[in-house]
Amino acid sequence: MTRRFAVGLATCLAVAGFAAGTARAEGDKTIEGIEAYREALKDGNPAELFEAQGEDLWKKKAGPKNASLETCDLGMGPGVVAGAYAHLPRYFKDTDKVQDAESRVLTCMTTIQGIDVAKYVSARWGSPEKDELNAIATFISGMSKDVKVEVSTAHPKERQMFELGKRMFYYGGGPHDFSCSTCHGQEGVRIRLQELPYIPSPKGAASGWTSWPAYRVSAGQMWGMQWRLADCFRQQRFPEPIYGSDVTIALSMFMAGTSNGATMNTPGIKR
Amino acid sequence: MRKRIAYLSGLAAGLLVAGAVHAADGSWGPGADDAAFQAMLKSGFREAGIAKLSRLEQDATQAFCSDPKFAESKEAAGKRAEIEAANLASIKWPSDGKFLGDFKEGEKIAQSGRGLTSTDKADQVNGGNCYNCHQISKTEISYGTIGPSLTGYGKLKGNSEQAQRETWSKIWNSKSVNACSNMPRGGHMGILTEQQVKDLVALLLDPDSPVNK
Repeated sequence: MTRRFAVGLATCLAVAGFAAGTARAEGDKTIEGIEAYREALKDGNPAELFEAQGEDLWKKKAGPKNASLETCDLGMGPGVVAGAYAHLPRYFKDTDKVQDAESRVLTCMTTIQGIDVAKYVSARWGSPEKDELNAIATFISGMSKDVKVEVSTAHPKERQMFELGKRMFYYGGGPHDFSCSTCHGQEGVRIRLQELPYIPSPKGAASGWTSWPAYRVSAGQMWGMQWRLADCFRQQRFPEPIYGSDVTIALSMFMAGTSNGATMNTPGIKR
Repeated sequence: MRKRIAYLSGLAAGLLVAGAVHAADGSWGPGADDAAFQAMLKSGFREAGIAKLSRLEQDATQAFCSDPKFAESKEAAGKRAEIEAANLASIKWPSDGKFLGDFKEGEKIAQSGRGLTSTDKADQVNGGNCYNCHQISKTEISYGTIGPSLTGYGKLKGNSEQAQRETWSKIWNSKSVNACSNMPRGGHMGILTEQQVKDLVALLLDPDSPVNK
């Protein structure tokens, strides 16, 4: 794996060196080079380590009730992890809420393990608590790799969450007037050299939704969709979305519902 | 027959209600009414660093543009013009009457995308975020494409007082030109100082700027 990374890095450096002395006509070649770098990265994805860690946490007895999460119902019945991520978010009768994988894990930690999850919710990104949650989400998502996204909007609360997410997507505010749609609301554009998916289209929604959780090479961190959304809002100059809040579920529902039929490619890897 | 009339009038009442709901709640689908949306916003965020919860409160321009289906419609043309006029009227012109600053400083400001996020400090010097969306100086190949290319802007536009005023308007308050532009309102929202806006105007218009070489 180390060797493959070295190759990827060399490609990247070559691109950077190449870029420095050239004019804009070479922009396309630069993007091709970056694509090659991304391809090279996929050869060895450190996300595997987080999947393994997440699986350990899933199976380990913990909390006041000294129980594992193995009986957690992610929507396909107690203990069924395979394929579950591809069907989330969904409505859960016991909580009377629409939940994504990450908020559902909080429910299971509460009910099955007796853990007070408040400190997990409030913990900062990169803290041990959040790292645990990211690892578990990575494990769950890996068990849906190559599974078709099939998210229901049949229940009124599911439909409502989808519609709220759509509305949130266009909600502009803060000092920069930014909304999600400022960057993700048109086809074929970039920020600097980073291409941006057009989220309201099935293809664009899928390119986002089916590739998170992902390992961020530049940060050396594993990010779940909750973290990804929080960082979008940070760059949008918004306050911080609360982990597992309806705002985050609604946007996830909008993306997941729009990408129905696409194939999960999780965990992913990003620059 | 009577039954049928009753049914029809019921239907008419239903349509009226639906119409009223549409007017109040914009273009949104079932369940995404104003009350539900506001409740979601209120419970969904916490303040982080300098990013306070008050940032979720919209001004008239932001509220209008958050329903793009309506904002871009024919029937909203009057409202768009109104919003542009209000933004135009609020523009602060340079206090010494001079529009052009230092284009070299302007290039630095255009390069920087920093400032005003929840992880930035209050005393952080804000950048203009310009290259994130625009091609500007030819030598910088890492540019975004959300906005149009500005390479050669001054060569096309000239450097008359009119050109300077128009460029100032666009940077100080982009919504004075296009109600729902994706571009931030640099001066209006206090992202950029008066001097920074001058430097950016110079970057675009100064005949010696790399933009016009």
